[in-house]
Amino acid sequence: MTAYSPPDSEEDLVKRSTGRLGDRTIAFLSTASGVAVIATVVLVGLFLLWRAVPSILADQVPFLTSREWNVNNPDDLRFGVLDLMWTTVLSSVMAMVLAVPVAVGIAIFITQYAPRRLAKPVASLVDLLAAVPSIIYGLWGIQVLAPAIKPFGDWLNSTFGWIPLFAPGLTSAGTVYSIGVVLAIMILPIITAISREVFDQTPLLHKEAALALGATKWEMVRTAVLPFGRPGVIAASMLGLGRALGETMAVVIILSKPAPGSEFSASIFNGGETFASKIANNAAEFDSPEKTGAYIAAGLVLFILTFIVNAIARYVIHRRKEFTE
Amino acid sequence: MSVTTQTKGGPGPASALTPVHGRRRFVDRSMRVLVFLAFLLALIPLVWVLWITISRGIALVVQPEWWTSSMRNVGPNDFGGGAAAAIQGTLTQAAIATVIAVPIGVLTGIYLVEYQEKPLVKPISFMTDVLTGIPSIVSGLFIYALFITTFGFSRMGFLVALALTLLMIPVIIRGTEEMLKIVPNDLREASYALGVPRYRTILKVVLPTAMSGIITTIMLGVARIMGETAPLLILVGYTASLNPNPFTGEQAALPLMINVERGNPLPPGQERAWAAALTLILLVMVLNIGARFIGRYSGIKR
Repeated sequence: MTAYSPPDSEEDLVKRSTGRLGDRTIAFLSTASGVAVIATVVLVGLFLLWRAVPSILADQVPFLTSREWNVNNPDDLRFGVLDLMWTTVLSSVMAMVLAVPVAVGIAIFITQYAPRRLAKPVASLVDLLAAVPSIIYGLWGIQVLAPAIKPFGDWLNSTFGWIPLFAPGLTSAGTVYSIGVVLAIMILPIITAISREVFDQTPLLHKEAALALGATKWEMVRTAVLPFGRPGVIAASMLGLGRALGETMAVVIILSKPAPGSEFSASIFNGGETFASKIANNAAEFDSPEKTGAYIAAGLVLFILTFIVNAIARYVIHRRKEFTE
Repeated sequence: MSVTTQTKGGPGPASALTPVHGRRRFVDRSMRVLVFLAFLLALIPLVWVLWITISRGIALVVQPEWWTSSMRNVGPNDFGGGAAAAIQGTLTQAAIATVIAVPIGVLTGIYLVEYQEKPLVKPISFMTDVLTGIPSIVSGLFIYALFITTFGFSRMGFLVALALTLLMIPVIIRGTEEMLKIVPNDLREASYALGVPRYRTILKVVLPTAMSGIITTIMLGVARIMGETAPLLILVGYTASLNPNPFTGEQAALPLMINVERGNPLPPGQERAWAAALTLILLVMVLNIGARFIGRYSGIKR
């Protein structure tokens, strides 16, 4: 705000702050806000680390590879995140696998097929799906959706039960299978919105070239729109996955907690706990710092996991920008 | 669409193209149907959720007492009850979060667009992305680790508002940034050419032009945080009574009320859970639709 390098272009001359009180104030305030944002994120990471590390050090079992979770005795902490990791990743990946094809289909419908006049209202309808709070999805999911999709689950059980992923498990509705479908609905709007945006940017020349070569509408979409939008779709899927990994309330309501010490099963027809639901389910019992630290450690792993997934999404987007601009 | 009609009826030497038929035509038509079906498929859960919530919650929501009384002295067996305490808690917490998040978010957005030559633009933009990705439970856990474990505060509504602030800030930054970016540069240059200093250009030219878009963003941000439940579970206790003070004791909120009443298997509890859900959806939808309305009928035309 004080030292300015000598202006080297006309634009610089124009834009240069005049050093008035108003100029200095607004420059200071906006810089301070930006710095506050940086500081907040750094603080989040630091505080989670600071509170988690003592508990992780006191952990009597390997933190990343143990399936145990018993933190009631502060002198004998035994907690590992393997089960949480499995359930979190399984439910989120299932949600992504279900949501991406539908979202891409909707995005193609909105950008390529729907009449221009209808495209906007149609897009807002899909966006409204994102406006429904997650606790309501949870309530609806367990009371209404899960019983409705159970027959299909039973069919998967009886027909493909020999695949470990579809092996018979719980008889109740609180399974990864149920929450996977609900999560898919919840991440559908974000994947649709981003895919829509990239498909819309397909250069008209590419599309016209395909059509001029005699391609049908679908062949045009397949040869011009989809290849152009692919990095965007990958990024969108990753952002959706990040959203699903951290989703709390719907998971808390739907997924039934397994009995302690129950055997590991790879099947989606089992209950379980994700990082987020584990923390939320036990929020009322944060009494000793050691115990709280164990849950904060789980939160830290979730933070790192979502950070990595989102970083991949940003990397893919930025790389594409460098190519096209 | 145009292609099929052009190529289909192109007999004679004028058209070098063979008519599209057989497998290609079949695939083309099926894909057209499929993408439309994908859209219909997305509408099913939307209509279904709204229908269930409305049909199960409407009976209670249309009663005036629902909006005016709290759950105080309403037993699990009693029908009726009211959401006044929960609505009041949700609105208070959302208001506090908005008051903190809006200045920080808008000012950071201004920094990112109007001060593009400054060195912090890249790190701030990166950190905003990180903040966007933070799950709400982690934000609640951070506030817990900072204020309750470290500073020894007790659970209260204000801490929820702080966790919600963290979730709202990136939404406002990105929205403001987007809106400021579509303000035509001609406007800024015209202002500078008249000798107007930079801060007056920002305050009197750029911000008013982008204002409707920023308001839309704020409303969408508020709608997003009002339905958040995870920070509430960690940072505040539920109470049946009205507590207007977010700085002491337990405070109700709509998501918490849904969560408590859903645990009551008796019909009155289930009815209250769905009525609270409907109330929450109404609040969120009013904000959403209002935001879209403002966004569409005013401001810069892209």
